[in-house]
Amino acid sequence: MLRFAVRRLISMVFVLFAISVLVFLIFNVIPNGDPAERLAGKTPTETEINRIRAEWGFNDSLPAQYVTTMKKVFTGDLVSYFTRLDVLEEIVKGIPRTFSLAIGAALLWMITAVVFGLFSAVKAGKFADRGLTVLALVGISMPVFWIGALMNHYLGFKAGWFPNGGYVPITENPFDWAYHLILPWTALAILFIGFYSRVLRSNVLDTINEDFVRTARAKGLSERRVLLKHVLRNSMIPIVTLWGLDFGAVVGGGAILTETVFDLQGVGQYAADSIGQLDVPPVLAITMFGAFFIVFLNAIVDIAYAALDPRIRLQ
Amino acid sequence: MAERLLTVENLEVSFRTEEGVVQAVDGVSFELEEGEVLAVVGESGSGKSVTAMTLMGLTRSPNAYFGGSARYGDQDLVTATDEELRRVRGSEIAMIFQDPMTSLNPVMRVGDQIIEQIQEHTDAADVEAREQSIELLERVGIPRAIDRVDSYPFEFSGGMRQRVMIALALSCDPSILIADEPTTALDVTIQAQILERLRELRAQTNAAVILVTHDLGVVADIADRIAVMYAGRIVEQGTLDEIFYDPQHPYTWGLLGSITRVDRPRPQRLPAIAGLPPSLVDRPEGCHFRPRCPHEFAKCTEAPPLQSRAEDGSAHTDRCWLTAEEKRSRREVRPGEIGLGEKEGAEVA
Repeated sequence: MLRFAVRRLISMVFVLFAISVLVFLIFNVIPNGDPAERLAGKTPTETEINRIRAEWGFNDSLPAQYVTTMKKVFTGDLVSYFTRLDVLEEIVKGIPRTFSLAIGAALLWMITAVVFGLFSAVKAGKFADRGLTVLALVGISMPVFWIGALMNHYLGFKAGWFPNGGYVPITENPFDWAYHLILPWTALAILFIGFYSRVLRSNVLDTINEDFVRTARAKGLSERRVLLKHVLRNSMIPIVTLWGLDFGAVVGGGAILTETVFDLQGVGQYAADSIGQLDVPPVLAITMFGAFFIVFLNAIVDIAYAALDPRIRLQ
Repeated sequence: MAERLLTVENLEVSFRTEEGVVQAVDGVSFELEEGEVLAVVGESGSGKSVTAMTLMGLTRSPNAYFGGSARYGDQDLVTATDEELRRVRGSEIAMIFQDPMTSLNPVMRVGDQIIEQIQEHTDAADVEAREQSIELLERVGIPRAIDRVDSYPFEFSGGMRQRVMIALALSCDPSILIADEPTTALDVTIQAQILERLRELRAQTNAAVILVTHDLGVVADIADRIAVMYAGRIVEQGTLDEIFYDPQHPYTWGLLGSITRVDRPRPQRLPAIAGLPPSLVDRPEGCHFRPRCPHEFAKCTEAPPLQSRAEDGSAHTDRCWLTAEEKRSRREVRPGEIGLGEKEGAEVA
């Protein structure tokens, strides 16, 4: 198990390097024109462009440019030439917000989907199952910016049950933190609940016909134990992989819409704003960190997968 | 005198399917005594596995219908509630399944799978249950059981997994062990080992065994009594010797005739029973074997009861209208073939 984890982490380092090269190429080399001009923002002056060109070493060789870029991104040396704000600082400010949203939503959608999926499978074909199927379809079909805006308007603004957007740090007031996040969590989770509960339902129905489930019954275990210990655990394996990937995707960009609708000012919203202002340095940094995060999370998922399914460890 | 453990009377199992009602088991009756091995023999679809699984309540489903009774102690396994059955399952009646490759939970250590069963039926503490499971694995012949208890099923070979299944089945000292084709999925050499192990364990525990199989070689090895099933009915029942040396039903003749023998000159082709077993949705009237039977006559459209037709009134019973005299003369034994001559005008499917 430990060996598997170490091997997986080592291979991760290579992927990270490849990604950094790719991001560097995409931002600085592949587009036509002067990279310094792009970095400078919407209305640059000639002197500023020259200063940026010198600072980023755009006259040097490509490997030297790569090193300079990486240094800038990872040492916190990156400044937006549009807002004059330190990029890393802005990102760090957004991280707790984005993670509060993503972690809460991920837990919410996973737990709800397991409950719905299992229930649906046990009642397969019955009224409750069909009802949940329809509900899942509705959930999958509702775009987050629409359901988010509706919730914000009716539950927040009109009814006044929930705050109208905004964010309170958990360190300041955990209750207020959760209170402000309930709507965003729900809005973001709905799509995934629909999707995950469908996947889990079909996994459970496949697993329930496996021979080892019959063995578990023949052992005289209670139906509850058979379901939770034997069926659910085997049905969860593909879901956990999906979960890790989706969580990474949400943090690495999927939360942009939700953050914007509920004005959470997380990393996603920062990226969206920067793109709107053609402010390249923040976008470069967020792309890099986002990609790194997803790769890192994939490694974690693989390791968790091996913990769940011992057969993986051998490979 | 051995105690009677199980009395199955007129057991009926049918399933409602899209094609119609499948009568999988049709009036099966047998008894089982302490320490006895009853082999239930028949080809695929004869209802032998369904019979075995019904005793464990494993065939229960919204589309299944049951009739008759299966008395175990003061309980009827057919009408018992799920909760009552659950307490019997695994502790008093245990089952070994056909395919050891898929019958164990792939993501649970084998020890945990045994411990789980022990703890379901006893108050054994964790350490105690673990020691018991190691001991069980040793008993079924798994080397280095103390290390292997923490292995996962995929780290075992097929034969070893079947041993784990046997250990699992024996974990609560059941009085009845149902083995559903326990050696079918295994290599021949491993089959012999597993059978040997079953035989030893039976001698040690005095558990009764219901052995479901289509392999007459396995039966000859281990069974005390045999019930031959065809299309949901028992067509002949008797002791091992009675069935092998004095078979009464033409279907049994055919089964025995199609065994490969190494001690006799081999015919060109292995003799087979012409035709196919009937569909269980639309079975022939009267004797189910009638369409394939070369000895069919007018009376066969009436279902023959399972009864003894021997002069001495022994417990050797069969479902065939032929008289004992006719049977004796018609099943003349030729090398590699027992009395199932060509049926005139029979279509070979």
